[in-house]
Amino acid sequence: MQITINGEERNIPGQTVLQLLQSLDIDPRRVAVELNLEILPKAEYESAPLADGDRIEIVHFVGGG
Amino acid sequence: MSQNNDKLVIAGRAFTSRLMVGTGKYASNEQMVRALEASGAEIITVAVRRVNLDRSKESLLDFIDLKKYTLLPNTAGCYTADDAIRTCRLAREAGMSDFVKLEVLGDEKTLFPENEELLKAAKVLVKEGFTVLPYCSDDVILCKKLEDIGCAAVMPLGAPIGSGLGIRNPYNIRIILDAVKVPVIVDAGVGTASDAAIAMELGCHGVLMNTGIAGAKDPVAMAEAMNLAVRAGRLAYRAGRIPKKLYATASSPIEGLVE
Repeated sequence: MQITINGEERNIPGQTVLQLLQSLDIDPRRVAVELNLEILPKAEYESAPLADGDRIEIVHFVGGG
Repeated sequence: MSQNNDKLVIAGRAFTSRLMVGTGKYASNEQMVRALEASGAEIITVAVRRVNLDRSKESLLDFIDLKKYTLLPNTAGCYTADDAIRTCRLAREAGMSDFVKLEVLGDEKTLFPENEELLKAAKVLVKEGFTVLPYCSDDVILCKKLEDIGCAAVMPLGAPIGSGLGIRNPYNIRIILDAVKVPVIVDAGVGTASDAAIAMELGCHGVLMNTGIAGAKDPVAMAEAMNLAVRAGRLAYRAGRIPKKLYATASSPIEGLVE
């Protein structure tokens, strides 16, 4: 299925948000996830399935003033 | 005069250091860590950005001891209230804290605040339970409005972000200090130690800076200089300076001169 991750179109097999983070080598504790413009609470990463056409934003902290 | 009880209190949380520093623009994470240490800061700002999917292993938080520092995520780069609100919600989820440095910018050239959007965003965020520290213009009317909305502090600029021009309008800062009860933290414009000392001598409750330290030739040394300047400025403010006079007043007694 086709989803958009941080503005990039990607073709991935069906999976949960947690599985996606793991496949991208991202530590779930260090990020925030927005799924179709709604914040996804960390407790829901494991149960939240991704669907074709989903738009997901994965952000973290970087240096800034 | 004891400095031990002289805490900076923001939304009920007490901090010993009155210097807040940013984590951007350092040559390396190692240099940043040493500068943070030298600054003595307890509150440090961070930005919220997309994870780079090709380099997802890199994490700023690997370098920051969260037991020692309170993170203050910013909304840098946001030009509308909606973008800033969205960023704050993401920051809360990423950092599990309600503290946010709210900035809504008006244009890229000046990076001056877009105050209408700032007020709009502050209202929503306060309602959602955020502890909002807004970067704003050095305008007392605006600062009053931000306080009335429920912001935990106001953070007027000393000069444009990254300019190093210092405190360009100390009288405006004085008026703000007279008018609001929440802490006043000068954010932006500090170029060197004396600028930070001036802000504190005016009676400001704290100073926030990034470029002034990270952009110095020796950022670690400048961080220490800022640490000392903020403490010296605060102590001088509390000590109460002498009034300025046009003519001399002798420091030595007139009596007993050899004749």
